[in-house]
Amino acid sequence: MNRWTECFLALICGGLFGAGLALSGMTDPANIIGFLDITGRWNPQLVFVLVAAVGTAIVGFRLLHTRSRPFFASKFHWPEASFIGGRLISGAVIFGIGWGLYGYCPGPALASLVYGQSHTVIFVVSMLAGMQLFQLLPGKRAPANLSEAQCTADRR
Amino acid sequence: MSGMALPALAGGLLIGLSAVLMMAWLGRVAGISGIVWRAVSQPSLNFGGAWRIFFIAGLLSGTWLVHQLTERAFPESPESSTWIIVLAGLLVGFGARLGGGCTSGHGVCGIGRLSLRSLVATSVFVLAAMLTVFIMMAGR
Repeated sequence: MNRWTECFLALICGGLFGAGLALSGMTDPANIIGFLDITGRWNPQLVFVLVAAVGTAIVGFRLLHTRSRPFFASKFHWPEASFIGGRLISGAVIFGIGWGLYGYCPGPALASLVYGQSHTVIFVVSMLAGMQLFQLLPGKRAPANLSEAQCTADRR
Repeated sequence: MSGMALPALAGGLLIGLSAVLMMAWLGRVAGISGIVWRAVSQPSLNFGGAWRIFFIAGLLSGTWLVHQLTERAFPESPESSTWIIVLAGLLVGFGARLGGGCTSGHGVCGIGRLSLRSLVATSVFVLAAMLTVFIMMAGR
């Protein structure tokens, strides 16, 4: 599979994602905080976004089940993890607190870098530091030379 | 509010389409935290990971393009103390790695493929975020 085809298709997908975030107002933290603030003037915008995105994904993924492999790659990398345990729950709680503190999750934070505001840069750098911090946990250090297969297995 | 429902639905459709096409074309989950982490931790362009850098470039370009076409002003990032922003970023990054995904990976792709694990993760982080906002508002 041609690497440049792969990169071009990823660019298109990223573009659709970014366009969707900006169009739906999800790059504006005020809309996120407005949704999370259920005791204030509740803003349901994020619900519309999530319903449309998840609805499209459910239909699209279902259609893919008839295929044995992707159009431009050798295999589907569906996540294999299904275990619901302490790691998942505590990760979600920590993530949620950070999300509520400022109104950015990773996608909108990165997309907002084009707005050129220093707060966004500070957030993104801190987010990368947080990811690195996780890597320093005992037993979580990734081997230096991960194969592509291992990368996928590790992504859960 | 109703004026924003249509762009919100259209934007959500584009996000869902992006997730479906990522899987249909490249067999990959459009989970932003995973893509970003791999892009910065293994930036080897000659090792098959270059698509991640292109995905992120697309993410920024798509956002920029929408503002150019719709002539909508850039949203302001909220005023907040630098320490709150740093703390928020650290928690989001750490939590996304520990929990195995963020709003895109668990919220859109995970629920999109009807994963119970992702539904649980999404419900938990939405509730934790709501509680955080509630406490912050009460503290003002």
